[in-house]
Amino acid sequence: MPLLRDISTLLAKDFRLEWRQRAALGGLLLYVGSTVFVCFLSFSLRGGTPPPPAWNALLWVILLFAAINAVAKGFMQESPGQRLYYYTLVRPQAVILAKMLYNALLLTVVALLGLFLYTIFLGNPIQNPGLFVANLLLGAVGFATTLTLVSGIAAKAGGNGATLMAVLGFPIMVPMLLLLIKVSKNALDGLDWSVSQSAVLTLVALNMIVGATSYLLFPFLWRG
Amino acid sequence: MSTAAIVGSISGVAMTVVGVWGGQYLIEQRTSGVVWKGITVLLLIGASAVGLLIAVPRLPIVNESIRNLFFHVPMWFSMIMVLLVSVWYSIRYLREPSERLDVLAHESAKSGIVLGLLGLATGSLWARFTWGAWWTPDPRLNGAAVAMLIYGAYLVLRGSFRDEQQRARVSAIYNIFAFAAAIPLLFVLPRLSGPSLHPGQTGNPGFNQYDLDNTMRQVFYPAVIGWILFAFWLTQVSSRFAFLKLKHDEN
Repeated sequence: MPLLRDISTLLAKDFRLEWRQRAALGGLLLYVGSTVFVCFLSFSLRGGTPPPPAWNALLWVILLFAAINAVAKGFMQESPGQRLYYYTLVRPQAVILAKMLYNALLLTVVALLGLFLYTIFLGNPIQNPGLFVANLLLGAVGFATTLTLVSGIAAKAGGNGATLMAVLGFPIMVPMLLLLIKVSKNALDGLDWSVSQSAVLTLVALNMIVGATSYLLFPFLWRG
Repeated sequence: MSTAAIVGSISGVAMTVVGVWGGQYLIEQRTSGVVWKGITVLLLIGASAVGLLIAVPRLPIVNESIRNLFFHVPMWFSMIMVLLVSVWYSIRYLREPSERLDVLAHESAKSGIVLGLLGLATGSLWARFTWGAWWTPDPRLNGAAVAMLIYGAYLVLRGSFRDEQQRARVSAIYNIFAFAAAIPLLFVLPRLSGPSLHPGQTGNPGFNQYDLDNTMRQVFYPAVIGWILFAFWLTQVSSRFAFLKLKHDEN
């Protein structure tokens, strides 16, 4: 499969680039760490950990902003010349799939690390860890698939990329975020799986819709 | 799923397809279209007048405000319809780019925004007098706000390009992507969440609770058709204006 080979080459390239520019990755991790720490400091003023609903909401807000920052640099750090070069080498479908895969892996790492730091500093009220982590991973993949195409769009517009990405991305992500926060609240409260089942299935379906739409639309975006 | 529900959904899809196709036809029409515009005026004036005058069932809390059903709900129907037309223009643009299709997609989206704002305004007013607050954290209300934010973002995106072709292409992509990613969920999410003050929580969104009364349906459906036709009319006028402006700029 030439498509699979293209994807793995592009993925390896992204990892290598990331490793060479470790400052960007370090910046991202530090961003998550310092945000968590600021939350810890703010809540410690009133003594101790936040109540579970606030705990939940804050975690997702931190992850949302971390995701915007993580994905924003994907397409934007590439110059138009570089894009033209890839265009001559591989199919656009390979580019978007590789980018989505890469962002999904990156966001998974960021989400797990964020959760780890968050539970250390702000306590761990989770009653159903399995569902919680599964939902977190679903969220990381969902953020990655949604934001990858949005970052491509924002990169085309040039100029204030990150702001435009937030403006374009947030409304699209609200429905997904609502579902994620709901399942995550169920996992926090240790509710039965049957309560969250339909929301989780909707999330999976949503991820597939977003992935398929990105796959179909990206070649048009690329052509410019 | 009962047979009636299946027949209902299939006919709903069929009517939506016919609506989108007919909408394009009406928007791009070059003749004056006196007949359908006359029908629109008659339907809108008729449904509004009859809606305000007929006897309505006395339901607790809702009381006379139930008449808002003839204004509030049709606005959402027509918003969705004209936004679907906009997405369809965007798809057509990507297949064969032309300035004309871009203008049509843009103007349809703007009509959708106008109707969405009207829907929010009528809904907010209704909520104030039945639920006691202008805004409540209900999935439907949030969904409506999300839809408005998406199309606000669409306008911002259009504003951030200098090159016209690039603007047309990228905004068409965003239009399709945002619609596919968010709008279907606005129908799904309210059903996943628990009980709500908003009627139509299960089954057909709209007016389950008011189904009892058949005379209301006889006013409601003409009002829906009238407002949808109004949305197409609005788009036709604004796109004609945009075409004229383009022509004027060229000379």
